Amino acid sequence: MAVDAATVKKIGRLARIRIEDDEVAKYQAEINVILGFVEQLDEVDVAGVEPMTSVTPMQLRRREDVITDGGYPEKIVANAPLSEDNFFMVPKVVE
Amino acid sequence: MTDLTRLSLAAARKGLKAKEFSATELTGAYLTAIERANPKLNAYVAVTADAARAAARASDEKLARGESGPLEGVPLGIKDLFGTRGVHTQAASHVLDGFKPEYESTVTSNLFRDGAVMLGKLNMDEFAMGSSNETSYYGPVINPWRGAGSNADLVPGGSSGGSAAAVSAWLCAGATATDTGGSIRQPAAFTGTVGIKPTYGRCSRWGIVAFASSLDQAGPLARTVEDAAILMTSMAGFDPKDSTSVDMAVPDFAAAVERGVKGLTIGVPKEYRMDGMPAEIEKLWQQGLDWLRAEGATVRDISLPHTKYALPAYYIVAPAEASSNLARYDGVKYGLRVAGRDITDMYELSRAAGFGREVKRRVMIGTYVLSAGYYDAYYVRAQKVRTLIKRDFEDVFNAGVDAILTPATPSAAFGVGEQDMNADPVKMYLNDVFTVTVNMAGLPGIAVPAGKDGSGLPLGLQLIGKPFDEESLFAAARIIERSAGIDFSPAVWW
Repeated sequence: MAVDAATVKKIGRLARIRIEDDEVAKYQAEINVILGFVEQLDEVDVAGVEPMTSVTPMQLRRREDVITDGGYPEKIVANAPLSEDNFFMVPKVVE
Repeated sequence: MTDLTRLSLAAARKGLKAKEFSATELTGAYLTAIERANPKLNAYVAVTADAARAAARASDEKLARGESGPLEGVPLGIKDLFGTRGVHTQAASHVLDGFKPEYESTVTSNLFRDGAVMLGKLNMDEFAMGSSNETSYYGPVINPWRGAGSNADLVPGGSSGGSAAAVSAWLCAGATATDTGGSIRQPAAFTGTVGIKPTYGRCSRWGIVAFASSLDQAGPLARTVEDAAILMTSMAGFDPKDSTSVDMAVPDFAAAVERGVKGLTIGVPKEYRMDGMPAEIEKLWQQGLDWLRAEGATVRDISLPHTKYALPAYYIVAPAEASSNLARYDGVKYGLRVAGRDITDMYELSRAAGFGREVKRRVMIGTYVLSAGYYDAYYVRAQKVRTLIKRDFEDVFNAGVDAILTPATPSAAFGVGEQDMNADPVKMYLNDVFTVTVNMAGLPGIAVPAGKDGSGLPLGLQLIGKPFDEESLFAAARIIERSAGIDFSPAVWW
């Protein structure tokens, strides 16, 4: 499979990365080299094989559903480029 | 007085305990060395000199009171991927511009608990994506090693290139690193240092900037096998804050270093004999097997049939996980923000300005392989192949193999800005062809310097072990280190 220029733009949209028109050709070429490289996986017979979901054979631990942390909003927003009254500030999202 | 920076970590620890020198003197010696070397090598992206001196003074007080921890007063470099409270933590990316976390990663907390002194944060490939340390926002790290009669700058490998260069050039007694596809072991091989990626789950990932969560593991880079074992013992341990951390006692890895390989069965996978492999690497591999045999190990040919599919499967799984992990860099919570006409515009512009090319490309690949209509064809298939790769290893371990010996890399260190590598991403990715299988299967792997190539550059061998049997790897790596008997000190030019 290979991607065309429109698909590169679309992937950029999905990934929320602005791809300028003059960058498309280079990304397209590089992505297609990589997609060509991974194509060899099609040779592998994976019938009846379970996809790996856990690296080590372990069950995820569970914990009590209680609050164990928190209460420091000023630390949460400490690194925000823009904040006010311990809220993150973003451009207006509702009309 | 001998140069304190040249001591091994084990020797420095002994000297501190015996009060032959103070932690303040040792830290001072490293800070002086960094000041001189860093403009040339670019190994550190932030030096925390004042905090290091304060920590060293605190260690001296503890040493005086006889209350010292196992790493008391030992100066370390920390890869920029580890969250360090109030200190530069940017994964060598522009997108985390100015980020100083309010928390400390579990691994660095463990090291500080044991008395270690942090000298600063080490350069790396941006978000640990790279094999040459050339994708860093802070510019490439230069390998302290140069080819005989050459002034050409070589790469230290990646992504833990700053860690490897700093350890090799005596700019820290040891360093933390991380390994997602070979990022500890390949730089170790390129710089004549020892690096181990432990079993997945051995070290907590909490507080480490995530790249590909099912593959990422922290580990040490050090100048000797014993030093690596000492660091590993402090770094490892169960952590309830990481859901994949394994609740298992951490052995004293240093105690296993001299235990030898008598009675161990070492596997030699035929699939690792790649077409076009340089003769000197083939020779080194045979030499390594001879050394292990001479110490009482049995060598057996084995087959790991799905080896060639590990790298292509990795280049689906790792970008997929990365595209998800890196979604958090949006110009809202931390780091760089570029104003846009609406929120989507702001996201797109912030991420376009903040991520470097390699990172953007991998996030885009990941986004594509996870997108509707392609998920099964790419991602699910790759995870199935991963099951087969893991099964290959399980089969040989079940058949009585204790550890596997392979080359660490297909070549010695290459030049900075090498055209070939930069023109073709797959060519760069091939650096990890021997190491990536280990991440895919979650196994431990160690790289140990074993010889030099025709131009005097270090070459490494890799040992792959059973899950949670890092001890056999330390023991076998020590045999290789001792049998080689080579001084892996670069000639100082910086």
